[in-house]
Amino acid sequence: MKAPRFHYVRPESLDATLGLLAEYGEDARILAGGQSLMPTLNMRLSQPKVLIDINRIEALKGIAVHDGMVRIGALARHVEVMNSPIVAEALPLIAEAMPHVAHVAVRNRGTFGGSIALADPSAEMPACILALGASVVVDGVRGRRTIAADDFFIGLYETAREPDELLVEVLLPPQKPGHVSVFMELSRRHGDFAIAGIACHARVAGGVINDARLAYFGSEAKPVLGTRTMAILNGKAWPTASNEVVNAALDEDLDPIGNTFGSPATKLHLQKVLTRRVLDAAVQRARAP
Amino acid sequence: MSLEETLAIELTVNGERVESTVPVRQHLVDFLRTELGLTGSHIGCEHGICGACSVRVDGAVVRGCLMLAVQADGAEVVTIEGLTDSGEIADLQEMFVERNALQCGYCTPGMLITAAELFDIGLPASRENIREFLSGNFCRCTGYHAIVDAVEATLKQRLSR
Ligand SMILES: Cc1cc2nc3c(=O)[nH]c(=O)nc-3n(C[C@H](O)[C@H](O)[C@H](O)COP(=O)(O)OP(=O)(O)OC[C@H]3O[C@@H](n4cnc5c(N)ncnc54)[C@H](O)[C@@H]3O)c2cc1C
Ligand code: FES
Ligand code: FES
Repeated sequence: MKAPRFHYVRPESLDATLGLLAEYGEDARILAGGQSLMPTLNMRLSQPKVLIDINRIEALKGIAVHDGMVRIGALARHVEVMNSPIVAEALPLIAEAMPHVAHVAVRNRGTFGGSIALADPSAEMPACILALGASVVVDGVRGRRTIAADDFFIGLYETAREPDELLVEVLLPPQKPGHVSVFMELSRRHGDFAIAGIACHARVAGGVINDARLAYFGSEAKPVLGTRTMAILNGKAWPTASNEVVNAALDEDLDPIGNTFGSPATKLHLQKVLTRRVLDAAVQRARAP
Repeated sequence: MSLEETLAIELTVNGERVESTVPVRQHLVDFLRTELGLTGSHIGCEHGICGACSVRVDGAVVRGCLMLAVQADGAEVVTIEGLTDSGEIADLQEMFVERNALQCGYCTPGMLITAAELFDIGLPASRENIREFLSGNFCRCTGYHAIVDAVEATLKQRLSR
């Protein structure tokens, strides 16, 4: 099908964009890579009055290290993130996860900011920034705000960003020595959205897991931290913490929503299996230099 | 909003400068097919799933149905027609015929233009890499095996040259 009619604007600056957002509010939609928005327009699942195309705004581009944090601009394309030496070096979790995001043609156009702003419950990047304890920077005529990833994802496609705010960048702490990252997901085909998945970041020494951050995606309405599981694992050698204890904690942490890819029980089971695999891998990676 | 909103654009398509005024809601493949008569890029699903609409924009393969024609303003677009004329993938096209890598041919332009990017990137020619790279392109006829054969054989041939 074809997109419905809309008014198209292509601002050249950040200020102009924020002005347009303030003017049109809920009637406007930001057009970034278009890899999620264009399908909904073509299928007429959404009919915004105004499309604000941000692709020409230089201030939203690039990946750089600034004040000890990695800054990924909202307009950094998935392919740029995937090939970035900075990401490979400082954010191994993102580097491992990005090849799982869609397919080459979609990664050539889709943006990091778009993925975070959309907050698809089965998407890889929201879970990664949650596991890493990153912050999301949004801007609007009422001022700029920095929101912790822990507070950013609110519900199904729902975030703490207000309709008149633009997501401008994500700030991520570089991985520290002694820490490991593991990313795993189950999907039907390569590049499909996940049926179940985990982004994990932890400090591991001598098989003992500390400060583990386990972000689960693909099963809930939003990416969620397995807080009880994380607490149980803390300071213990893996796999000494018994399966039953971890599984019981996961029963508390997770409340999967079923879809065509699996019932809630199936998804919970898959997340339990993945948890074991992820922790095994974390301990193994910490051992290998 | 009863009037169709339009915008003037200027771009390069297959090396030629093109100026046109397009409806802002028209996607790139519709523009290429209906305005320029370049019907080698196909339309399958129009929501990003099948890859039949793949075109090269500023050197990278993209979904032509997920990009507006107005967004190609100032861009360099190459379609399967341009790629064929330049001879860039003549060997791959011959190999597609030799290996029976197409039946109805609907997916073929998208497969070729995606494979061309795989050649540019220069990944090791494992079947797994090829399958992964082509995972965003659907084929409803061949069962993919022959397509992977053709891409693999061409990559090997290029490496041995
Ligand atoms: C076939 C296919 C397979 C895919 N598979 C996956 C997958 O496996 N995993 C995955 O994560 N994604 C997948 N995607 C989605 C893809 O990653 C998108 O690129 C991404 O989700 C959205 O980024 P975008 O830049 O394209 O955003 P757009 O489509 O332009 O926008 C998406 C939404 O976010 C809003 N938005 C975008 N940028 C901003 C901003 N800076 N500030 C405020 N709001 C903004 C838009 O208004 C819109 O509502 C797939 C897409 C396709 C077509
Ligand atoms: S027509 Fe564009 S992906 Fe199917
Ligand atoms: S040859 Fe018919 S769809 Fe691929």
